[in-house]
Amino acid sequence: MRQDVQFSLPDDASEASGSIDAVQQAIQHAPQRAQVLLAGEIVPAAESQAQDLQWRRFSSVFLSNPRVLTGLYIVGFFILIGLFGPFLTHQDPNALSSDMFRAPSPAHWLGTTQRGEDIFSQIAYGARVSLLMSFAAAIGATLIAVVAGLAAGYFGGWIDEVISFLINIFLVLPGMPLAIVIASFAVKGPVTIVLVLLFTSWPWGARVLRAQTLSIRQREFVTSARVIGERPWQVILVEILPNEIALVASSFVSTFVHATLTAVALEFLGLGDMMVASWGTVLHWAQVDSALMANGWWQFVPAGLCVAILCAGLTFINFGIDEIANPALRSERKLRKSKKGIA
Amino acid sequence: MRYLLRRLGFYLAALWASATITFLIPRLMPGDPVEAYIAKIQSQGQGVIAPNAVNAIRIQFGLTNDPLWVQYFQYLNNVLHGDLGIALSQFPAKVTQVLGYDLPWTLGLVGTAAILSFSLGTLLGILVAWKRGTWIDTTLTPVLTFFSAIPYFWLALGLIYLLGVTLRWLPTGDGYDTLGDLTKGWNPDFILSVLQHAFLPAFTIVISSMAGWLLNMRSTLITTLSEDYVLMARAKGLTERRVMFAYAARNAILPNITGFGMSLGFVLGGSLLTEIVFNYPGIGYALFSAITLLDYGTIEGVFLILAITMLLANLLAEVAYVVLDPRVRNERG
Repeated sequence: MRQDVQFSLPDDASEASGSIDAVQQAIQHAPQRAQVLLAGEIVPAAESQAQDLQWRRFSSVFLSNPRVLTGLYIVGFFILIGLFGPFLTHQDPNALSSDMFRAPSPAHWLGTTQRGEDIFSQIAYGARVSLLMSFAAAIGATLIAVVAGLAAGYFGGWIDEVISFLINIFLVLPGMPLAIVIASFAVKGPVTIVLVLLFTSWPWGARVLRAQTLSIRQREFVTSARVIGERPWQVILVEILPNEIALVASSFVSTFVHATLTAVALEFLGLGDMMVASWGTVLHWAQVDSALMANGWWQFVPAGLCVAILCAGLTFINFGIDEIANPALRSERKLRKSKKGIA
Repeated sequence: MRYLLRRLGFYLAALWASATITFLIPRLMPGDPVEAYIAKIQSQGQGVIAPNAVNAIRIQFGLTNDPLWVQYFQYLNNVLHGDLGIALSQFPAKVTQVLGYDLPWTLGLVGTAAILSFSLGTLLGILVAWKRGTWIDTTLTPVLTFFSAIPYFWLALGLIYLLGVTLRWLPTGDGYDTLGDLTKGWNPDFILSVLQHAFLPAFTIVISSMAGWLLNMRSTLITTLSEDYVLMARAKGLTERRVMFAYAARNAILPNITGFGMSLGFVLGGSLLTEIVFNYPGIGYALFSAITLLDYGTIEGVFLILAITMLLANLLAEVAYVVLDPRVRNERG
């Protein structure tokens, strides 16, 4: 089984990365691999070498991209706010005070609501709730997508028929209205919102993963694994899934974006628990208080800006992941270099 | 032909599934919508509801004491006959009447905006893929990505604040000038007023949804540009413009067309919120008032109508695909 993983690596390396240096590296390492396959005891060394190669390839594509770096900094910033934000403020996000509807000032960094709540502490506490909701929904939806997509693509037959039918139905149903319908009947609160998001956002990832699994299933290394007699779950988890990591990651990130936007929208409509401070509820109360008509821009701007910046950051990261999965998208710089080489 | 029938069968099944979902959701959820509705009415001080009236409301909601499967078939039968029950928020109007009034507004606004954003986004996607790596690509792509990450309704609020409240350039709400003495109909004053009121919401939808088409087009076009036939076209000495539009873009647009039907769901969802923020007299606003008044019949009706719209849009996208891609015609026709 382990030998088979070795087979798959060079195949994958030359296929997945179009850049010439990576291919050359793969070619250089090829004889070593052959040797390794003959003498099983050198396997760990080669494995770490292969990992090293993959890691360098990964980091050179991923971290050298300015957009991706920006995205990583942004997401890191919000994770820090989610973790430590509440420590920056000594005010309870729901505490009422006599400072009503004040513009931003040293005492209230982002101003106050019409009930005197401090908006900065609402945003800081809300970051935690909003991020956790999106994270839970994105993890859950990605898991469902992986299970459904791989099972449908690998097993085919009636399993594929059933799962594909479900995927297609969910793809053509309007997601946001469906989420609104469910959330309006259910008990209000963050858990409901996570479940609604789970229910409505898994099919996109599942569709992409199913298609990819169908094509990987035709490859020789999968056939040989099955001929050797590996169990289906082994083939799926050990042979196929590692080759789809980029897709899984990108579907996780885009589900995260989708979940954040949908959760904020649902809470804005008043379908969340209005007593739990989160970015969406801040916006909901701003709308209820018609703060905008009273020139209270500070009630709207911070929460919406947080959502927009976070989602833009995540989308930038997804660019990087796409470039790893699809070498044709890599930056012009490398392509120009290779064009010159040809000319 | 067999392929077409198969697809039609799928859309019928999807229609059935959406009707079933709207039937099941209120019945599977913990809590009783009727109780919630009564509590809401009573808390607003609109009088106490007599116990025998409760049963009448229950029947309004379609929640009879019949076994579940009888209720289910009654429900399906009603839906098939275009009967979605009574809109409690606008008693005694029927849900279909309320939505029939709202739907043209939404279709006009969202339909126009979606088509505009699709065309603009696709064209710009071709442009940035063509000029990849130049300043157009490196500024336009991230800027539009940022716009696509903004919640629709928040962008709408921002535009209202800037252009409506502060600068007073454009109206901030409603579908037409409700204060003036306009006669509704096909007269120039009314149409002008409608266009004026539609501008900001449409602009919001176009700006927020354009980036998706642009990014899709950009990545498929870049992938297509590495195909052999593009290299061949270049080798023949064709002009860059011709290679771009007649060879590469024509093929790269295909996945975008399939995407149009599906992504329309996102656009619709965002548009609902845009309508709410602008008090636009469409489906979204009906949904919003239905949510606040716990008018479950209308909520379900809105979902069904939108589901049907989505299914039709997808069907159209598929037909367009068959027309545009001869391979599909020949293989499966």
